[in-house]
Amino acid sequence: MLGLSRLYSGSRSGAGGFETFSWYYFRISGVLLIFLVIIHLVIMHVTNDVSCTTYAFVAARYANPFWRLFDWLLLTIGLTHGMNGLRVVIDDYARTARARVILLGLTATLLLAFFMLGTITLIAFQPVAASYQGPACIHS
Amino acid sequence: MYKGQSGMWSWLLHRITGLGLLLFLFIHIVDISLLGFGPQVYNDGIVLFDHIVVRLLSLGLVGAVFFHAFNGVRIILIDFWNKGTRYQGRMFAIVLVLTIIAFIPTAYIVLKPQLGLALSWFFSPQAILNVKR
Repeated sequence: MLGLSRLYSGSRSGAGGFETFSWYYFRISGVLLIFLVIIHLVIMHVTNDVSCTTYAFVAARYANPFWRLFDWLLLTIGLTHGMNGLRVVIDDYARTARARVILLGLTATLLLAFFMLGTITLIAFQPVAASYQGPACIHS
Repeated sequence: MYKGQSGMWSWLLHRITGLGLLLFLFIHIVDISLLGFGPQVYNDGIVLFDHIVVRLLSLGLVGAVFFHAFNGVRIILIDFWNKGTRYQGRMFAIVLVLTIIAFIPTAYIVLKPQLGLALSWFFSPQAILNVKR
C-alpha cells in the first residue's frame, strides 16, 4: 500500500514519476499502434478475407520471423497500452482503497497472464507438415 | 462548458472504444493460442469469424479501431500543437467524419462474402434463424 501510494503520488515539480511516464507512454505507444493495428487490420480483413486466415495461412506467414516480431510488438504494445488504460479507468471509479488495490492487482495479473500466453503462442508455434495444415480458406 | 459538449462525448467514446478494444484483445490472444492445438482446432476457431453474426460484430471492432486511432491523434494535437485546444471541437468533428469515411469501405469489404445473407437478415430478421453453420 505504501509502495503503491508512493508510486502514485506523482510529482508536483512537473517532471518524473509514474504518471508522467504513463502520459508519455500512452502517446508514444498510441502512435506506434496506429501503424501496427491498421496494417494488421488491413492484412487480416481487407487484402485477405478473414475466412482465409487459416492455420496454413499462419504457417506461411510465420515462416518469416519478421511477422512473428510484428505480432509480438502488436501484442506487447497493445496490451500494455490497453492495460494502462484500464488502470486509469479503475483509478477513476474505484471508491475504496481496498477495491482499488484488488482491481489493480487483478489488472496486473491479467496483463502478465495474457502477455505470457501470447508470447508463448508466438514463440512456440511450429507448423505441422504442409499436407496436414488443412484448407487455404474455410467457410461456415 | 464541458458537460454535454464535444469534449465530454469524445472522452466518453474514447474510453468506451478503448475498453472494447481491450476486451477484444483478450479474446483474440486466446483464439490465437488455439494454434498450439493444431490445424483442426485452430481452423474450427477461425470458421466462427466467417459467420455473418461475427462479421457484424467485427464491424464494431473496425469502427472502434478507427475512432480510437483518429481521436488519439486529436488528443496528441491538443497536447502538442499550440492551437490544439482552440480547434479541439472542430477536430472532433473531423475525427467523426474520418471514422465514417474509413469505416464504410472497410465494412463493405468485411461483409462482402456474406453480404447477401446480411441483407436478407436486415430485411427479414427471422432469416437468421435459418442460418446453418
